[in-house]
Amino acid sequence: MTNKNVTRRGVLKSGAVAGSGLALPTIFTASSAAAFTNEPTGSSVTLGFNVPQTGPYAEEGNDELLAQQLAVEHLNGEGDGGCLNTFSSKALKGNGILGKKVEFVTGDTQTKSDAARASAKSMIEKDGAIMINGGSSSGVAVAVQGLCQEAGVIFMAGLTHANDTTGKDKKANGFRHFFNAYMSGAALAPVLAAEMGKERRAYHLTADYNWGWTQEESIVASTEALGWETVNTVKTPLASTDFSSYIAPVLNSGADVLVLNHYGGNMVNSLTNAIQFGLLDKVANGKDFKIVVPLYSELMAAGAGENIKGVLGSMNWNWQLQDEGTKAFVKSFGEKYGKPPSNSAQTCYAQVLLYADAVERAGTFNPCGVVEALEDFEFDGLGNGPTWYRGADHQCFKDVLVVRGNENPTNAYDTLEIVEITPRAQVEYDPEHPMFAGGELGKCNPGA
Amino acid sequence: MLGLNKKDTSLLIIVALLTLLAPFILNPFPEGSAMAQFNAGYPDLMQRFVIFGIFAIGFNILFGLTGYLSFGHAAFLGVGSYSAVWMFKLLSYNVIPAIALSVVVAGLFSLLIGFVSLRRSGIYFSILTLAFAQMSFALAYSVLSNPKFNLTNGETGLQVYADDPQILQGANSPDLPHLFGLPMRATYTMDVGAWSFDFNAGYYLCAVIMMVVFYLAIRIFRSPFGMMLRAVKSNQQRMNYTGLNSKPYTLAAFVISGMYAGLAGGLMAAMDPLAGAERMQWTASGEVVLMTILGGTGTLIGPVLGAGFIKYFENIFSKINDNVLHSWFAFLPDGLEDAVVFLIHPFIGKGWHLTLGILFMLVVIYLPGGLVEGGQRLLKRFKRKKKDTDDAPSGKTEPAE
Repeated sequence: MTNKNVTRRGVLKSGAVAGSGLALPTIFTASSAAAFTNEPTGSSVTLGFNVPQTGPYAEEGNDELLAQQLAVEHLNGEGDGGCLNTFSSKALKGNGILGKKVEFVTGDTQTKSDAARASAKSMIEKDGAIMINGGSSSGVAVAVQGLCQEAGVIFMAGLTHANDTTGKDKKANGFRHFFNAYMSGAALAPVLAAEMGKERRAYHLTADYNWGWTQEESIVASTEALGWETVNTVKTPLASTDFSSYIAPVLNSGADVLVLNHYGGNMVNSLTNAIQFGLLDKVANGKDFKIVVPLYSELMAAGAGENIKGVLGSMNWNWQLQDEGTKAFVKSFGEKYGKPPSNSAQTCYAQVLLYADAVERAGTFNPCGVVEALEDFEFDGLGNGPTWYRGADHQCFKDVLVVRGNENPTNAYDTLEIVEITPRAQVEYDPEHPMFAGGELGKCNPGA
Repeated sequence: MLGLNKKDTSLLIIVALLTLLAPFILNPFPEGSAMAQFNAGYPDLMQRFVIFGIFAIGFNILFGLTGYLSFGHAAFLGVGSYSAVWMFKLLSYNVIPAIALSVVVAGLFSLLIGFVSLRRSGIYFSILTLAFAQMSFALAYSVLSNPKFNLTNGETGLQVYADDPQILQGANSPDLPHLFGLPMRATYTMDVGAWSFDFNAGYYLCAVIMMVVFYLAIRIFRSPFGMMLRAVKSNQQRMNYTGLNSKPYTLAAFVISGMYAGLAGGLMAAMDPLAGAERMQWTASGEVVLMTILGGTGTLIGPVLGAGFIKYFENIFSKINDNVLHSWFAFLPDGLEDAVVFLIHPFIGKGWHLTLGILFMLVVIYLPGGLVEGGQRLLKRFKRKKKDTDDAPSGKTEPAE
């Protein structure tokens, strides 16, 4: 069974095998000639769309994918051009990017950091993607952003709302168009004060992960600044589907507002439980009980159905806005897919156009040129009003919407009504704000 | 050679050739051709092939030899990844200490879990390991990632930040995982005509390590210790009645396979310095069970084949979208094209699980011995065609593989 004979021949053979194994790495010392990662040399350029196609955020992901495909069509001069006609920068001509036809590859993040990085890597290494766009979770965004920084490609984040994405985890090669938890808090607080008064006692249920914490921190800070009192903050496991055991204690806690720092399926379930417990019919401390969902999305609203009526929240964008950019985008999206786009779709669409435009203005696909073109870029006409891509942390600053679940929806998509458009100045903050401090952008990395 | 018999030596050589020549074997189609979609020879996927190969080889030492079905092996993989990233954060980006620590920590962790879980066998053992793995996942996902004591960085995954101590990091050493200055990301691309082959440093590190641990696995399989483990599988009760305490053997097998898993986890972190909690989830544990069964339980090369098979599906099939399908079937008339795409659509892209599930069922029903059995049957058929006499049983008892 075992053979312990050491022969001269055996030693020689083993030595030769081991030696050739050790010698292998020497072939890597040759360096390549390209100026940056995946420099497009042919007549086309490949973008990578990395969105969740399975898992809890699959619906958001598929909506993002539709919007990204639409953006590619518009860049290539197909369709009606959408926001290319309303965009304040006129660098894009509808002939691709820098004359190269735009192609794209897709990947499935599965809303898992590991899987997202694997699919982003395969797009970069196998398909030669020059940038990665999309995603629907902050954890994934931070993970993929780190990867893109190391690999030397540009990352245009999709739906990511945690402060960390452009806070302590910010990276020079990463850009976020979506708003963040701090902005939600800053936009919501005045509306909450106006609707519910300044003497409220809030109870927080928070999804127990990075995004939940930063959102809770932001909302607690901005409501306490109003004079609200925070009764309790309870973390719920992300995988929970039944929140009854978390809702029951709320009734006896002396709170009169419930803040649900949940997203996606979590939010649908916790809100449904809260309604089943009749929270909204209760009177606590002599006031009507209220529920707040700081981060809203159309798809969540559709999932929660009747239950969201009257519940307040914030959004990055809504298809019911009346500016030219929104109208153009909603029109071409609606004509192609037969439904209005969600706010995650809009952010991904805008990100693709912003990237393409930055490349045109920089005159190169080199990530460092693109970073320079995007930093402190002021633009308008993509649906969010005048917007500023701040250079210090690569965060977009624009108006934030406060919305309410529609009491009398007229059709299936009319689930939310816009309560207030919070002006940009009110949600701006210092890059060194304590909720964002701790990270550094570093230098842009062109790879190669 | 190396203390192996002839058959095992040739198996080892075959594995060595397959891994060393993988960049050629996995990229059979010219770049830019329609079939290039099926090329798998890019660094990330090749690394995954061998890393999950290591994981499955280790799992097979436990499951294939002793028959103890652990549903919690992903926990060791995750622990290995976390320790490796912590080494990057504290010491330097050199992968050697990271990989070493990941093996050690996973070994200790599996000793602890194995000590408790191995008090039971059969389904109870499986459930215990599953419970431990889910506990580890919950710990990594939320409990150990609170701002006060942040060991795992929760959902975002543990990463290296610029302000980490990295006390041994030299001024000139690369700012990403490297082996004494050779970055794991370094790739040499060889263009031959229309073909392009990637030779990646990280892949070859993993490949060399896999050959070493594959060799170790052969030695374990052929050793008296391996025989003892097989005895546990065939009838543990009888072994106990003869007065032999089988627990040290099973615990040793458990720890060894845990260390294999830790090594795989450490390598994963070395290739890509991020450790996510979902590596520890029960689906990840289930995946390695599937790999082993798909490839062939108790065989030496089966788990490696199974790992490659599943990772190929996960990465290649999931990327075929409707656009790609339309371009393939563009030669058909419009209505027919749409119909064909509609029919295939559920099985590709996000439906890759469905395709894999069907294949898994077919394999389990028609090839209970996994892919290895399929290969053996094919081989037999070819041999029979050549000469009919070679098929007689040899008369003496032989090990199952």
